[in-house]
Amino acid sequence: MTDDHVYLSLAEAGPEPDGEARWAYGTGFADPLLGVDAELPAGVDGADLAAYCLMLGDDALVLAQRLIQWVTRAPELEEEVALANLGLDLLGQARRLLTRAGQADGSGRDEDQLAYWREESAYRNVRLVELENGDFAQCVARLLLFATAREELYRRLASFADPVLAAVAALGVKELAYHREYAESWVLRLGDGTAYSRERMQAALDALWPWLDELFTPHEVELRLGVDPSALRAPVLERLAAVLGEATLSVPQTLPRAFVNGRGGRHGVHTEALGPMLAELQVVARAHPGATW
Amino acid sequence: MVTTITRAWEVAAAVPDPELPMLTLADLGVLAEVEERDGELTAWLTPTYSGCPAIAEMAADVAARLHTAGFPTARVRLRLDPPWSSDRISAEGRRKLAEAGIAPPTRGGSPTPGGLLALGPTRLAVSCPQCGSTDTEELSRFGSTACKSLWRCRSCREPFDRIKEI
Repeated sequence: MTDDHVYLSLAEAGPEPDGEARWAYGTGFADPLLGVDAELPAGVDGADLAAYCLMLGDDALVLAQRLIQWVTRAPELEEEVALANLGLDLLGQARRLLTRAGQADGSGRDEDQLAYWREESAYRNVRLVELENGDFAQCVARLLLFATAREELYRRLASFADPVLAAVAALGVKELAYHREYAESWVLRLGDGTAYSRERMQAALDALWPWLDELFTPHEVELRLGVDPSALRAPVLERLAAVLGEATLSVPQTLPRAFVNGRGGRHGVHTEALGPMLAELQVVARAHPGATW
Repeated sequence: MVTTITRAWEVAAAVPDPELPMLTLADLGVLAEVEERDGELTAWLTPTYSGCPAIAEMAADVAARLHTAGFPTARVRLRLDPPWSSDRISAEGRRKLAEAGIAPPTRGGSPTPGGLLALGPTRLAVSCPQCGSTDTEELSRFGSTACKSLWRCRSCREPFDRIKEI
């Protein structure tokens, strides 16, 4: 097949089951874990695994949505393409994680039911990823904090007992390395740029830093699964300090953002930013229940 | 003797990639295995990037080709472990990419070629697929699809895509 026109070559690809040539991404692929063995490994509690996959899947889904909101608003076309690509990686991770959650809890809920039909209080993402986008400095500051921590987590989860979660992590760690490098390159440029860009970059870090600690705060589900995120704190802070030092920025000395009666995003207690974002994410699916295209 | 598996492999292996149609799924390393167990034929695909939407088309195309080639009950399943890597692109695939003006990835390369603690841009020696010059620069690490970055040749002035290491 040497046809250099993608649509022609696809039309040539042979008769489709429905008798029509396919030229773009179609329907009929509902399952992002198509044919992957769904069995739970011995010794892993299905409810706990499902809860944990929701936490990580919601982190990825919500941040993907925030990143995609930059499309048509980024300072340069290349950055728009970059942010959309990062969002696409996260969305792909989210699809597998949500699907795995629906398998593990025995509910049979698919990715769409979980993404579109849960209320705000049923989302389990950390609050860092749901905050309003703010300016471009806040965009790269959030990416820096999230990607540094998530890459470190995925590196450890690549050997986790559940083969599906382990596989998401094993591929995700390489994708997150690209995300972190992207964020680092912008933090360096803006921090070690002009006095004004440095001021904006520092202000963005100061605003987001209090939300970082939630990524290291263990939930009882994580402790039962043996994946205590507090072990990430030291290596992540060390890495971030190195980046900020290189960028001539200061490590913020702000205190972690408080929980509400000990509950944060992992327990479904969110900031006011999540509701409107979910409304936008869910409106089409809720207006046309069961629609396919 | 041409076995069923060999014939089915050849059918599945010839399916073009929807986004890089000059490559087959075998060239790309997405086709992991074709196996027959208890009379049931299964083609295993390993998706590239987590979010790459092309895997849906790949799965549908492989199933359709197998069904029309005399394997009406063949199934397509995804195999996520081991994860896809750009190292799985075959020598033939690399040649076809370069011919199509897309720079192939470096074997054994990583997303962080300078190591985890390298800060700042790391220079890769990338040859221009048009003129062969190594006087090239990366314009953006993110391009038209999840797997590509955007480059420019300073000798012949042509922009080109490059498959990233992952």
